[in-house]
Amino acid sequence: MSVRRLDPNQPESFAFTAENVEWAKGQIAKYPEGKQASAIIPLLWRAQDQHDGWLPEPAIRYVAEMLDMEYIRALEVATFYTMFNLSPVGEHYVQLCGTTPCWLRGADELKEVCRKHIGPEGTVSADGKFSWLEVECLGACVNAPMVQINADFFEDLDAASFERVLNDLRAGKDVKPGPQNERHASEPAGGLTSLTTAGQPETGGGN
Amino acid sequence: MLEDKDRIFTNLYGLQDWRLKAAQSRGDWDGTADIIAKGRDWILDEMKKSGLRGRGGAGFPTGLKWSFMPKESDGRPHYLVVNADESEPGTCKDRDIMRHDPQKLIEGCLIASFAMGAHACYIYVRGEFIREREQLQAAVDEAYEAGLIGKNAAGSGWDFDLYVHHGAGAYICGEETALLESLEGKKGMPRLKPPFPANVGLYGAPTTVNNVESIAVAPTILRRGASWFAGLGRPNNTGTKLFCISGHVNRPCNVEEEMGIPLKELLEKHAGGVRGGWDNLLAVIPGGSSVPLIPKAVCDDVLMDFDSLKAVQTGLGTAAVIVMDKSTDVIKAIARLSAFYKHESCGQCTPCREGTGWMWRVMERLVTGEAEVEEIDMLLDVTKRVEGHTICALGDAAAWPVQGLIRHFRGTIEERIAAKRSGSLAAAE
Repeated sequence: MSVRRLDPNQPESFAFTAENVEWAKGQIAKYPEGKQASAIIPLLWRAQDQHDGWLPEPAIRYVAEMLDMEYIRALEVATFYTMFNLSPVGEHYVQLCGTTPCWLRGADELKEVCRKHIGPEGTVSADGKFSWLEVECLGACVNAPMVQINADFFEDLDAASFERVLNDLRAGKDVKPGPQNERHASEPAGGLTSLTTAGQPETGGGN
Repeated sequence: MLEDKDRIFTNLYGLQDWRLKAAQSRGDWDGTADIIAKGRDWILDEMKKSGLRGRGGAGFPTGLKWSFMPKESDGRPHYLVVNADESEPGTCKDRDIMRHDPQKLIEGCLIASFAMGAHACYIYVRGEFIREREQLQAAVDEAYEAGLIGKNAAGSGWDFDLYVHHGAGAYICGEETALLESLEGKKGMPRLKPPFPANVGLYGAPTTVNNVESIAVAPTILRRGASWFAGLGRPNNTGTKLFCISGHVNRPCNVEEEMGIPLKELLEKHAGGVRGGWDNLLAVIPGGSSVPLIPKAVCDDVLMDFDSLKAVQTGLGTAAVIVMDKSTDVIKAIARLSAFYKHESCGQCTPCREGTGWMWRVMERLVTGEAEVEEIDMLLDVTKRVEGHTICALGDAAAWPVQGLIRHFRGTIEERIAAKRSGSLAAAE
């Protein structure tokens, strides 16, 4: 369990942009009538996106009203799910996987890179560009160690390639998400051991 | 070794196009309406005969699970909910299905929903998989445009809507009733069972929750026949399986292999073997972080399936194989998992909320050796007081890795405590 609190410094108000209001209506329409509360995670997530990557208290109220929910129910959701950042984050928000599969392949080294290039965990760098947090398994274990920066995974990292990604981001350059070595995705490096035959698989049966 | 012609996930690595046309050329959506025309009972029967066991970790027979849904609606809608909240440490297979072979999942959703009388299905994707979710949504949009889902889906006469939903970073939402709570817009806290979801699930209506892989393999099983799938692997452990091989191997990877492949063959054939050679192996966690580790001596000849791994006091789980070579501080490796479970406990049940923190704190002291030897048994006792005493299996999942460590590496723990006491540990560091 993680104990999470709202930030002491909050904006006065929050409202979706016109575009996000339309988008929210589409989300709510996915669920049966009267079950609009189902849309709360997607809506809070969009609110966080609109608000520089963190979720302020007025946004939680705003979404609660939009979904006709008790405010306390929305606050429960916002504080329960750890992807809702309740305090400001850097422009490039680095979530570093530290769980065992990544740890076995050098996540500690990546943490050192974060400390050196960004600063202490959980604080925004002076230029506002970065903040970082150690998180639990992000589900890219065969491409360990890895980090998530905003929406993208950066995989098969080592200290040098990770530093390069951070430096490029700081310089405003484009970076390529995914494996930072020669791999395409989750295949073994250095040559396939399966799915090597050119022919299509049998679909069989009389269908 | 499995031949390519028997592999289901032919675009596992995304080396080919993931879009609909390319997926169709690989065999997806071939004769879907004909499968549906064979009827609900035929589908349930084939799925049962195939021997498919749920691929999300628990290994419950999929066809049987589908048959628990009411045969006729009592006025309430039926739902299929796909669990794509892939978060078990070591596991990254559903991610590949969603981003590289999404049409297999979508077609599976239609067929499974039909077989359970559901006209609507939600896929709950873990929050962190943002790109995967976008890709899956694009694939769903393509399927709608092509008439494969929606009204009269794929010309089958069955109306079917499919929605992509997402979470926001809570491992517990992989537990099916916590997932349903989350999908209803609440904190992801597991429900007491009974009632089971097949009677009272999403919005109080009959619901089946299945793992991504279980659903995505269904169309191929039904096309090629239950006997084909059942002919692979061993009785009660049939078919093919996606394995995720991480940790200290030369070439970590995902791969689809036959159930029951020897662990050693799996690692050597596909993952380039253990770093430094087989004799450099210390231990393997064979099925994701929740299952107990097994030491090299067991790894030498164990087979990778449900029953073989159960026989050596561990489990196939999600088939996420985490390999540790002899350089590993195995106490620290497990302590990190204890930290994971402490972080992910939802806090609803006291034995888990308090026990996960308790286990983690003792584990941290075992890492440094600052403990009494008697505390090993005390820790073991605490794991037994958590295991089986909580609403969901997270408590068990937190207890088992610690139990496995003590079962196989008690000597290592005792040596560390002794070394700390004699001062040689500090000198060695």
